[in-house]
Amino acid sequence: MIPPEVTRMPDTTALAEFDREAVVDGKFDRGELTLVIRPERIVAVSEFLKAQRGYRFLSDVTAVDWYPSEPRFEVVYHLYCHDRKDRLRLKARLSGELPEIASVVGVWGAADWYEREVFDLFGIRFRGHPHLRRILMPEDWQGHPLRKDYPVTGYR
Amino acid sequence: MPDLTIPAGTRTLVLNMGPQHPSTHGVLRLILELDGETVVRATPDIGYLHTGIEKSCEDKTYHQAITLTDRIDYLCPLTNNLCYVLAVEKLLGLEVPPRAQFLRVLLNELTRIASHLVWLGTHAIDLGAMSVFLYCFREREEILKIFELASGQRMMTSYFRVGGLALEPPSPFLPRIREFLKIFPDRIEEYEELLTRNRIWIGRTKGVGLLSAEDGLDLGATGPTLRASGVDWDLRRDNPYSSYEKFSFQVPVRHEGDVYARYLLRIAEMRESIKICEQAIAGLPEGPIRANAPGVVMPEREKMKTEMEALIYHFKIVTEGFRVPPGEVYQAVESPRGEMGYYVVSDGTSHPYRVKVRSPSFANLQALPKMAEGRLVADLVACIGSIDIVLGEIDR
Repeated sequence: MIPPEVTRMPDTTALAEFDREAVVDGKFDRGELTLVIRPERIVAVSEFLKAQRGYRFLSDVTAVDWYPSEPRFEVVYHLYCHDRKDRLRLKARLSGELPEIASVVGVWGAADWYEREVFDLFGIRFRGHPHLRRILMPEDWQGHPLRKDYPVTGYR
Repeated sequence: MPDLTIPAGTRTLVLNMGPQHPSTHGVLRLILELDGETVVRATPDIGYLHTGIEKSCEDKTYHQAITLTDRIDYLCPLTNNLCYVLAVEKLLGLEVPPRAQFLRVLLNELTRIASHLVWLGTHAIDLGAMSVFLYCFREREEILKIFELASGQRMMTSYFRVGGLALEPPSPFLPRIREFLKIFPDRIEEYEELLTRNRIWIGRTKGVGLLSAEDGLDLGATGPTLRASGVDWDLRRDNPYSSYEKFSFQVPVRHEGDVYARYLLRIAEMRESIKICEQAIAGLPEGPIRANAPGVVMPEREKMKTEMEALIYHFKIVTEGFRVPPGEVYQAVESPRGEMGYYVVSDGTSHPYRVKVRSPSFANLQALPKMAEGRLVADLVACIGSIDIVLGEIDR
């Protein structure tokens, strides 16, 4: 259930008009709006927000691992709108088994390296990314260090 | 591994530039495909300095993680400290006293000057102007001494704490900054005399490394790199933090989008930073430097010796840290390189559940191929210098 203070936000109403099914959850906390998007709609929603809501700038793409709960991964997008000087956080929840989501490189070119970093450190695959490969870790590295079941010290 | 195969019969040559190369400002490897001296394709290869700082943060308490943030960008440690503590303060809902906020602004602008000085010196040395480097490091040294005065450290300061500052700065702190601000405008003139109308400098930088505003925004570029392409966006003015709204300053913007424009823009930024520093000193409020939040902020040393509660709080903060209510925040500040953002997720314990650093250089470097392709190798060196990358912050 989406909280009422979230449904009243202009971004949420605009998105609901565009696609009633896209937003599954949301939160307005500490002055920051978070919308949880159905993962299969991420590209369409991104295109809409960029074209119609002025979110021309993608600050960041990252992920959070909620191991051992399911859905395990949250892919997090931070958008910025220069006209309203406003930020929006999008989230997509992915299961722990074969986590995969469509790439938004076609919408914001900056997503190229951001998504490679998430792939490298979390092992989340981005469908349609032009060259998804490791970016920070060595190419022959085993495992994805930012996963919670990956130890901080000692042996893997 | 990037695809390095080249079809038979082509006339291009693949050249590895770096990771050990003085003009890549750290350990950046560029895989260049060259046709004669022209760069056909430039592919940055990063990660040589990856130290897993984000992973380490998850294993530290909120206070301990401050020391890691210094090490992300070694040219602006205080900006990193600020961004991280602002994020944690936002999670806690903590109000910081005005004196601490002003001192944070003051130190951040000095950091910006110090960082721009390193950029100017190294950028000039890359392009063959040796002496600028020596002048720039003379002034930077003075700023580092000021940092040492306040925090006891020249570079890895860890001076900002959740809820305020580590210590009240000692009495020579402000006079020393005033002294520095008095001489520094003349010193900027000195650098400009060496470069701004220098024909070699202009020849090496004007019209080189062009980046349009659309490409810059699309590729995630921020800070001086983007403002030199005509995008008027500065987080200090547009989304003020730490009482930046109380300061009046200009945001320099240029429209040429080349290396020379980025040079002029950073010089102008240093002049604006002087203004902000002067305002911060003139309007510095009296009062405490730490928020009244027992259990989060370390008690004063004197109280620890006389009051039972202070001793208990000290013991608890040091041994187990403080708990932060669950939630997530994204806090962005304008670092000398652009939008520095910390995304901190709390699960209610005393250790951050996730700390993600949105580092400006990481995104800015994505724009490098756009600037360099189709140009000469020598111009590539100018391009790398002009986006002012710090590899520690790219690789984290």
